[in-house]
Amino acid sequence: MSSPIIEAREVGYAYRRAAPVLTDVSIEITQGRGVALVGESGAGKTTLLRLLLGLATPTTGRILFDGDTLALGDRRRMRSFRRDVQTVFQDPYSSLDPRQSVARIVSEPLRSLGLLRDLPRPGRRAAAGERVAAALRAVGLPEDAAGRYPHEFSGGQRQRVAIARAIVSEPRVLLADEPVSALDVSTRVRIVDLLAELRETRGLTVVMVSHDLAVVAALCPQVAVLERGRVVEQGETAAVLGSPRHAYTRRLVRSVPRLPRPPA
Amino acid sequence: MSLLEVTGLGVRSADGRDLISDLSFTVDAGSRFGLIGESGSGKSLTALAIMGLLPPGMTASGSVALDVPGMGRTEIVGARERLLNRLRGRAASVVFQEPLTALDPLMRIGHQVAEPLRRAQGLRGQALREAVTTALEEVRLAEPDRIARAYPHEISGGQRQRVAIAMALACRPALLIADEPTTALDVTVQAEVLALLDGLVSARSMALLFIGHDLAVVSGITDHVLILKDGTAVESGALLDVVNAPRHPYARELVSSARELDAALNGLDGGGRS
Repeated sequence: MSSPIIEAREVGYAYRRAAPVLTDVSIEITQGRGVALVGESGAGKTTLLRLLLGLATPTTGRILFDGDTLALGDRRRMRSFRRDVQTVFQDPYSSLDPRQSVARIVSEPLRSLGLLRDLPRPGRRAAAGERVAAALRAVGLPEDAAGRYPHEFSGGQRQRVAIARAIVSEPRVLLADEPVSALDVSTRVRIVDLLAELRETRGLTVVMVSHDLAVVAALCPQVAVLERGRVVEQGETAAVLGSPRHAYTRRLVRSVPRLPRPPA
Repeated sequence: MSLLEVTGLGVRSADGRDLISDLSFTVDAGSRFGLIGESGSGKSLTALAIMGLLPPGMTASGSVALDVPGMGRTEIVGARERLLNRLRGRAASVVFQEPLTALDPLMRIGHQVAEPLRRAQGLRGQALREAVTTALEEVRLAEPDRIARAYPHEISGGQRQRVAIAMALACRPALLIADEPTTALDVTVQAEVLALLDGLVSARSMALLFIGHDLAVVSGITDHVLILKDGTAVESGALLDVVNAPRHPYARELVSSARELDAALNGLDGGGRS
């Protein structure tokens, strides 16, 4: 088994002058084994994702990236981290700057990560254009989307723009916080299909915070169940959600609304 | 006749766009009807039209008739505010999606629950306080006295939705409209609130109009459904017929999307059903 790309080792986190929101959390993210973080509001899912994203430093324990402790002050190392680990947020209506064209939004990581610095200045624009076009193609948006603005798109299309921005730097890991929960069900299925496709074609490892167990089952082979800041159960999704051992996981699985069984 | 009869309902926006067109359905006393649609399909507007609560500028056409035993048949479309106020709460009441916006943040829970009880049943003093406690107990809130003294921000989302349900039920409505009542809640809390609604509706033989976007949720609590798209009914019928054999292309897409997600759970060990 390959060594983990990102690892949380005995991580704890407390916001200022507050009780800890995460306690002794250890999870590993290895190539091709996407992990879903499931749990309810206040379980600490989003905080854990923020730590994995290097947006905050754990109060105790460590986050490791390719085996080394992630140090937010190490700019060179953080740049390679940011290139490899990208993110998609829940609400595509607030995560895209309405004043910027889709081309500018999607190419932003190329600029901020300096990915085109090695090219001669005159060639950068064309190269960025090509990278943006390729990313938009990969997420199933038409070519002319580049020149348009976020408000011209539906929620599902906006989430595609956000995904295009996330994959333009060709990351290894995509950390997504409830990437489909703001979307209608038919759109939701299409975005789940898109993420599954990117996982297959690009070897992208999808790590996802979600309360929707069906989406989790469809996308992530591994799952970690969080309850009040602790991992109560983790392992293969089929096993953990299929025959949960912990009482909380059982309650979670039992609570999922199901369709009436189709006639035989 | 039915408790609620919606006939050829249309809702038009101030700038002349048709938001709902030619919508017809009926809800019988004591029955459970589901209105399913995605965002922008007009399902919440339908609820508002039934309550006579359309935002200023929007106009309704067609007919919405409520026929409550003891109150007679009333036409809602075009009715005066005074008449509507008599109906609201007693003939029909609503639980909305987001309990935080349904509750006054500056008023203790007890006072908010007391208001409809005072208005409808004329209770005062000790009798009113007891009625508030009973109302909170009926929605399975443990420690009703503590909840009554709390402000909305001091209790959880699930508890707030229970309070909103208690307020909606205070005047013993013949029809309860639940507009995405569990969408903002965690899945285990959602299951509890759905079970609570289910029990209350049965115990009081109320009719339920349940509005939602999640086919699995709606199918768990209703027996007849109508699928709305862009303000128009595309399919309606008995729940199992619609879920098992949808006819309209949009209904088929909706059902197959829901089935696809449901199937992901079936792929788990043990089929994900326990």
